Amino acid sequence: MYRRFLVGTFDDEKKLLASVRSLRNHHIDIYDVYSPYAIHGIDEAMGLGRSRLPWVTFIAAFIGLVLAMLFQFWTSVVDWPINVGGKPDNSTLAFLPVAFEITILFGGFGTVLAFFFRGRLFPGKKPSFYQHGISDDTFGLVLEHSDASFDDEFAGEIMRQLGAVKVKSQVFHS
Amino acid sequence: MARLTVASAMRPLQVLGDRTIKDITEDVCRPVEQRSGWGWKTLFIVAFLTMAMGVGMVTYQTLKGIGVWGLNKTVGWAFDITNFVFWVGIGHAGTLISAILLLFRQKWRTSINRAAEAMTIFAVICAGIFPVIHMGRPWLAFWVFPYPNMRGSLWVNFRSPLLWDVFAISTYFLISLVFWYVGMIPDLATMRDRTKGKIKKFLFSLFSLGWDGSSRTWARYEALTLILAGLATPIVVSVHTIVSIDFATSVIPGWHTTIFPPYFVVGAVFSGFGMVLTLLIITRKVMHWENYITMHHLENVCKVLLLTGSIVGFAYLTEFFVAWYSGNQYELFTFLNRAKGPYAWAYWTMVSCNLLVPQFLWFKKIRTSIPAMFVISILVNVGMWFERFVIIVTSLHRDYLPSSWVMYKPTVIEVGTLIGSFGLFFTCFLLFIRFLPGIAIHEVKIVASAQQKREEVIRNV
Repeated sequence: MYRRFLVGTFDDEKKLLASVRSLRNHHIDIYDVYSPYAIHGIDEAMGLGRSRLPWVTFIAAFIGLVLAMLFQFWTSVVDWPINVGGKPDNSTLAFLPVAFEITILFGGFGTVLAFFFRGRLFPGKKPSFYQHGISDDTFGLVLEHSDASFDDEFAGEIMRQLGAVKVKSQVFHS
Repeated sequence: MARLTVASAMRPLQVLGDRTIKDITEDVCRPVEQRSGWGWKTLFIVAFLTMAMGVGMVTYQTLKGIGVWGLNKTVGWAFDITNFVFWVGIGHAGTLISAILLLFRQKWRTSINRAAEAMTIFAVICAGIFPVIHMGRPWLAFWVFPYPNMRGSLWVNFRSPLLWDVFAISTYFLISLVFWYVGMIPDLATMRDRTKGKIKKFLFSLFSLGWDGSSRTWARYEALTLILAGLATPIVVSVHTIVSIDFATSVIPGWHTTIFPPYFVVGAVFSGFGMVLTLLIITRKVMHWENYITMHHLENVCKVLLLTGSIVGFAYLTEFFVAWYSGNQYELFTFLNRAKGPYAWAYWTMVSCNLLVPQFLWFKKIRTSIPAMFVISILVNVGMWFERFVIIVTSLHRDYLPSSWVMYKPTVIEVGTLIGSFGLFFTCFLLFIRFLPGIAIHEVKIVASAQQKREEVIRNV
């Protein structure tokens, strides 16, 4: 199985953004855009939805909160209650600072792990096929030749007219 | 032309010298890839030897026991806890710059946030050492964590602020570390793509996690950064609040006050910004990053110093006023003893360094003079160290029973450990600017590209 891609290279984010918009106006699907930094407005131009990471944060943080409160209750009230300075076994208010820290800890780590998972980032991963200069000052616009209706010539022409430095097709086995 | 000046005056340039996107990669990476200059080497040798001395001191007091310190019958906390609070406080500016200024959309944070975050991590490492030494038997330090054990399970006391501190500092360290690392991933990828050395290439590839700059990843990345900033902000406030509660919940005059949490948090930010200023002045010189860490950045840091210094000064006055107004004779005595007692020199060092010295920053001439701000930044650090010393020692050396009044004097071991902690801090920091991208390349690129667009618009008017 091999896949064909059409890769346009840009040296300016404005030209890249214009190409993305124009291609989408012509109903051409964009495989992905690669850039050295987060381009302002690219998510909107590519029609990417809002990230759902905040939900992960909320759920992870909530789990942290509940676990921290339950654990403190269990150790201080159920497992081995010890009278410290006459304070009640179940000193709920005094348990809040630790619960707060654990909430944040779970929220933070949960979100970062979810980010790694969704972005498929892990140690030892080879960067994707298109990387030359991307981490420096080059922008790449990649289209996939997914079916027969995909018009290489037309898409390439749009990119070239809007300022692509280079347009070439690449084939990858997978 | 007139228009150009007006616009520039409103929004000072973040990056000087017309640097293109490629130049930015080059400028940040080159000093890291080149052989180190004599400036870096000298600093590193000094820092390393200081750290080695500190390691010796810590080894000695661990073997001998903390009886080698100057602690006595009423002064049970002194140098060690002062150093702990001092270093935790230093860390706070890093989080403030990287998280709170991000939430406030302060663009000037971009070229200094990486170094400030690194500072946070190293400062928290320095801070963490002190309570561990203070335990006397540091090999049992893990007892502070609630883990199932053979003693019954005997759990830790969750009602104690000292335990809250364990959780606050550990969480703070972990979240700061993750925030710092995540912020660095795209830049590690840049280093990966540039570097030639085999080992370096392997390490950068490993830690950049196969970053490819995909726009989908970028979109999530931006969301992630905002979330982490949102999480780091309350945590940074909670950390020094809890540190202050270590004191405030004890019934000791001078400690038992409700002003402590905000007072400590502001003091922490103040001292941290003092340290940020010291480090930035050194870093921009050693790494030749004058185009990125500009006078504009330094001046903004100075403004934060002026603001927080004034708040700290206001807190000093409030404390004193309340000591008198409360009519509590013990409280009043403690404060009069601070200002007029045997440690008056420490008290007035603190007041002059923290309240008076920053007031010079009202003058633009001083705010934009590097030697002047360097001196001020050092004085702020001295003053903030003495603030913790005054709070801790003067409240303890004269307690309720005049027959137990004593004086506290640090031993060579204690002073050596403090100096050694600076050695550790600077060794870590120097290694960081030498081997990792000390400026957030991808963030500076965003700011620079926005700046270029703005300049184009102005030119076309």
